[in-house]
Amino acid sequence: MASSATFRAETRAWLEENCPPVMRTPMPADETVWGGRNPTWKFPEQKLWMDRMASRGWTLPTFPKQYGGGGLSLEEAQILDEELRRIGARPALQGMGQTMLAPVLLEYGTEAQKQEHLPAIIKGEIRWCQGYSEPGAGSDLAGLQSRAVLQGDHFLVNAHKIWTSNAHYADKIFCLVRTDPTVKKHEGISFLLIDMAQPGVRARPIRLISGASVFCETFVENVQVPRENLLGELNKGWTIAKRLLEHERKSIGAIGDRQGARNDAPAWELAKLHAGVADGRIADGALREEIATYAIDAHAYQLTRRRAADEAEAGKPPGPMSAMFKYYGTELNKRRYEMILAAEGTQGLGWEGDDFSADELRWTREWLRSKANSIEGGTTEVQLNIIAKRVLGLPD
Amino acid sequence: MSLVLNEDAQLIRDQAMEFFREKSPVLALRKLRDSNDPDGFSRPLWQEMADLGWTSFLVSEANGGAGFGMVGLGQVLEAAGRTLAASPLISTALIGASALDLAATPAQKSAHLSGLLAGSVLTALATDEGAHHAPDTVATTARADGGGYVLDGTKSFVLDGHVADLLIVSARTDAGITLFLVPRTAAGVTVKRRIMVDSRNAAIVTLAGVRVGADAVLGKPGEGAALLGRILDRACAGLAAEMLGSSAEVFERTVQYLKDRKQFGVVIGTFQALKHRAAEMFAEIEITRSAVLAALVALDAGAADASQLASLAKAKANATFRRTSAEGIQMHGGIGMTDEHEVGFFLKRCRVAEASFGSTGYHRDRYARMMNY
Repeated sequence: MASSATFRAETRAWLEENCPPVMRTPMPADETVWGGRNPTWKFPEQKLWMDRMASRGWTLPTFPKQYGGGGLSLEEAQILDEELRRIGARPALQGMGQTMLAPVLLEYGTEAQKQEHLPAIIKGEIRWCQGYSEPGAGSDLAGLQSRAVLQGDHFLVNAHKIWTSNAHYADKIFCLVRTDPTVKKHEGISFLLIDMAQPGVRARPIRLISGASVFCETFVENVQVPRENLLGELNKGWTIAKRLLEHERKSIGAIGDRQGARNDAPAWELAKLHAGVADGRIADGALREEIATYAIDAHAYQLTRRRAADEAEAGKPPGPMSAMFKYYGTELNKRRYEMILAAEGTQGLGWEGDDFSADELRWTREWLRSKANSIEGGTTEVQLNIIAKRVLGLPD
Repeated sequence: MSLVLNEDAQLIRDQAMEFFREKSPVLALRKLRDSNDPDGFSRPLWQEMADLGWTSFLVSEANGGAGFGMVGLGQVLEAAGRTLAASPLISTALIGASALDLAATPAQKSAHLSGLLAGSVLTALATDEGAHHAPDTVATTARADGGGYVLDGTKSFVLDGHVADLLIVSARTDAGITLFLVPRTAAGVTVKRRIMVDSRNAAIVTLAGVRVGADAVLGKPGEGAALLGRILDRACAGLAAEMLGSSAEVFERTVQYLKDRKQFGVVIGTFQALKHRAAEMFAEIEITRSAVLAALVALDAGAADASQLASLAKAKANATFRRTSAEGIQMHGGIGMTDEHEVGFFLKRCRVAEASFGSTGYHRDRYARMMNY
């Protein structure tokens, strides 16, 4: 392993040469790079940047090289992250394949499954979605009713999933199904990998309060899924499901990272603009106090994320912190948008039209979108239950 | 700057935790209270703390100290907070040592520092004049007279003022706010102990025509506000560390109670209404722990955002301790209202610690001002 100073210098030089200037500008949500079989590109630099990062395995930097990953140590990955931040680089590739499925594939997958799926995720060739919630199974996820019946070399699957994010753009779905309805609910669940490009699979977008349709209702009807697409053991899917949720919580909790005291923090600037300034302070004293209270919590949360990263790097075993980060990070993100709206006054309440700036309209929609943060990936209440049980040891 | 304790700090922490658990449990504070102890703390125990080197942590090695810094002292204070230990750690090991180390002349150091390190000289910061922390509001005057000054004024809330040998006094000169080292025994100094709700130690200090020489000025005339700011940043972070320890302790005791207490035939910790509040408090304590550690680290490094982090830490510690101590009473129910139970000591300590060196509102305002809004 090269010394960290050497690694940093080489990384910096490589990024300098390979990160296109346009990929160093702040990224509007609709310019996210998702990859997949039918990717949409707004401009060619998106693909260029994804391909270059993927060629080094840096779309999953700590994953083993044999599966296309970067093979970096945690320390090197941290340096890479810092160097990416330093130049304001956009994520080269995002998606549930990377943040959620890949870690459990690495942990539970067969060699053949790892060889098949990990390189495709890392190169952005396959876009995944998550088949977890059902109309009758939200917080009580283990109560799911989607069925898969093992018939020789395949499963016959009938599934009805909901809140499947971006399923209408996804190539494959990782799906929780009931494979044994006769045992306790946690003990009859299996984890299947299903290709969506086949008859019997369809995704219907659901229009949300924000006006957007990022979630779908997804149907799998009488579809044959090869037996080798079972991840882990039959009827042992709940363990994998929970592990994946830890990764999901981590990635959702990371939304708190964006809201540091210094970066991307328009609430107080907006308050100064719309509520006025008196004696160098936001003129509305109650609003100012509310914003400062939020900003202090956000700053302290960011420090906690940093502390957790430092502890991981120092080799301390990770605490059961993902539930806390999910809970606190999402509640903070909701507060962040409440602060933005409060600061904007009526300028924050536009729906469409040229009386409002693009940012104002975007924040309104994002405010509405943020309300899902504390529902998706396990509600705030579920996270609090997890903390109470696993961290505090309070009895059921 | 890593937010992980190094080996030294971890050792200090372990040692301090054991020290206070064994030698100064909450029962010790109760005994000091019930016996109307005139000092309000144990002098033999303080001597042991000095012998362990805790008075030397903020004194640089060049001045005969150990230089373990705020991170080191923060571990001791957090441990002291666990048992609500009454001691001059903040007034002397933190504030006095900082003031002398940062600004004292060689003559001032040789007069006071060795006694402070040895545990024989106690100090107190005399700055606040009203019921709210306001270090910039100074009505106390220091009038130039001959080669020295004459001090007049009243300091209303001086932590450990009744036992201090040396007072660090803020006063207004023609040049502006200036800090003075005033011996407790100087003519015209009157100290009256105030009996506070937390059974800890504070006093009113009155200065009536107190004559001091020019050599009593700490730092430079007119530059006292900046020096005081540096001292108070450290005091905020250190007190926040103590409050973090108290918050964690009262919370852990409360969680234990939730596992022990039965009602309706089950332990009350099975009730979701209590579980969720407990889980929220756990998160707040973890968040506060990060803010406190970041402030301690930044102060040791002389980081540009150290003042902001000090306010962050104090604001979070105030709010978190308020919540954990209030919930401590509520979740203990009736037994928590009794003097016999110790949870009430945490509630009482919380309010005094909150008011010391700035309330939550004070630090939110200060944080916002530093962020330019």
